Amino acid sequence: MRWELDPNPSPPKVLLTYAVFLLLSLLGLGVLFLLYGVVPLKAYGLLLSPLMDTLGLAEVVRRTIPLLLIGSGLALAFRVGFFNIGAEGQLLMGAVGGAYVALFLPPGPWTLALMFLLGGGLGAVWSGLAAWLRVRFGANEILTTLMQNYLVYYLVVYLVAGPWKGQTVFGFLYTDPFPPEAKLPRLGDTLVHWPTLVLGIAAALGLQLLLFRTPLGFEWRILGENPEAARYLGLKGGRLIPLAALLSGFLAGLAGVGEVAGIHLRLLEPAQISLGYGFTAILVAWLARGRPLWVLFTAPLLGLILAGGDALKLSLSMPFRVVDVVAGLLLLSLIGAEALSQRRLIWRR
Amino acid sequence: MEEALVRAVLFGTPILLASLGALLSERGGVVNLGVEGMMALSALGAFAVALEVGPVRGILAGVGVGSFMGLFLGLFAVVLRANQFVAGLALAALGLGASGLLGKRYEGVPLPQPLPEGGLALVALALALGLHLLLSRTRFGLYLRSVGENPKAADLFGVSVEGVRYLALALGGGIIGLAGAYLSLAYRPSWTDGMTSGLGWVAIALVILAGWHPLRAVLGAYFFGLLFFLQFRLQGSVPIPAEAFAAMPYLLVILVLALSGRARAPKALGQPFDRGR
Repeated sequence: MRWELDPNPSPPKVLLTYAVFLLLSLLGLGVLFLLYGVVPLKAYGLLLSPLMDTLGLAEVVRRTIPLLLIGSGLALAFRVGFFNIGAEGQLLMGAVGGAYVALFLPPGPWTLALMFLLGGGLGAVWSGLAAWLRVRFGANEILTTLMQNYLVYYLVVYLVAGPWKGQTVFGFLYTDPFPPEAKLPRLGDTLVHWPTLVLGIAAALGLQLLLFRTPLGFEWRILGENPEAARYLGLKGGRLIPLAALLSGFLAGLAGVGEVAGIHLRLLEPAQISLGYGFTAILVAWLARGRPLWVLFTAPLLGLILAGGDALKLSLSMPFRVVDVVAGLLLLSLIGAEALSQRRLIWRR
Repeated sequence: MEEALVRAVLFGTPILLASLGALLSERGGVVNLGVEGMMALSALGAFAVALEVGPVRGILAGVGVGSFMGLFLGLFAVVLRANQFVAGLALAALGLGASGLLGKRYEGVPLPQPLPEGGLALVALALALGLHLLLSRTRFGLYLRSVGENPKAADLFGVSVEGVRYLALALGGGIIGLAGAYLSLAYRPSWTDGMTSGLGWVAIALVILAGWHPLRAVLGAYFFGLLFFLQFRLQGSVPIPAEAFAAMPYLLVILVLALSGRARAPKALGQPFDRGR
């Protein structure tokens, strides 16, 4: 008896495998809920509760916005073989860049555009650094981008507790509020900052076109799928990889600007700026299997899970770590299902 | 001076243990990026059991939790041949998340009988030596190295690649679990969410810095320990913000990776083994 690669798995088999693994992750989640002292069914219900009313749906959309931007960039980066785990940090860099423009440059009609530009730019610098370390020194980008997350985390804490701490706030770790010019318009009285949503959708569409309809995209795909062939064809990984890294970092930076300019209107503690978007976006991109367009479907799905996790935290006063648990289990079940569905069991040796 | 050396060893010990555990599976070709989560959850398991039935069984519980998580990672990395890097990251998130969730009730509870740090530091040193001997002098070590370098050849000689990798993950997981138990039973005899504070990532970088060699990991771990000691000692006495000190371990990992990025890794590291290919 042994495993073997299944050259073309049938769609029902793939679906069944994914269903089984999702069920297993739900079971695992249920066990953790039980250990914590909550009835699993009640918790599952709360996870899905944002679907029940308009306010809940608006919450889902609000969570979807950064996931769209980051997820489509990561889908591209993963496709090219750059495992950017640092979107969380790139998002925070974007928030820092946006906050700098809002707080320290004279406000005007150009403020928002400048915020997006500097925020995205800083995000790109941050991921570009990891790409440079990989291309120049061979440093594993999974680890460097992950470590960079912690570095920006402390940078933001330092800024809001130190030099950028607001003159008008006491005791809290905030900057002063942004001027009105730095505020993104929202839909009605929800927290849906729609210009960023439009940017996210445009990013998914644009990257899909770039990846599948241009010569550059063709080179990217070859490099990602078969590095040997790419070398044989003379494709320069030293140029293609940083380019994809910069794009994904730029988009994560835009997401960070969206969060501070659309929701908080000030720079604040990092754990409140990003509610785990960088990590969740890895799931978004992984689910999309390297197709930026599919992010339009996978981002709302994970947006629902984040909004549901929030409902769990609020009504059961669970610690914020519950989101990590859900994301970890989901990621495991996804890669497990992907691996298993591409294999078959052979009963002879 | 003497104090600095002692503290360096004591602080280097969890890093040493965790990196020995990761090193063991990496020599067999399996990357373990779940170290941070494995440490966190085994620290909690060790603490919870130690509160109920005493610290010695607490240690066993920590080792058990670590081994179990190693086997769990093996399910994905070895049996299913999923992407080892992603599986490890997911395990890190899961372990951190689950420990934060389940550990909430232990937050702020003191441990009545902490374990001596020095004793465990010696155990870690002995483990490093033992691991070196295991790798260089035993048949299992030979199998493990060949599975990490050339699984195809090992398979042809009748070595069970899956079995060896599985065993290495379980043993390595146990050592990582010991690192977690050291944190919650000896080093800081209590439980707080996030108490591993990035040590798991430092340990992973140390494996690379040490060139996948257990004895060199000892020196590296004590060096990191010394840096951490200096960080605590200098905090407040020099005009550098506390956040810069807190960010130091992560910066160090990046520097280490840049300096030793092309170090010689086991050839099959990170690659799932499929007999048919």
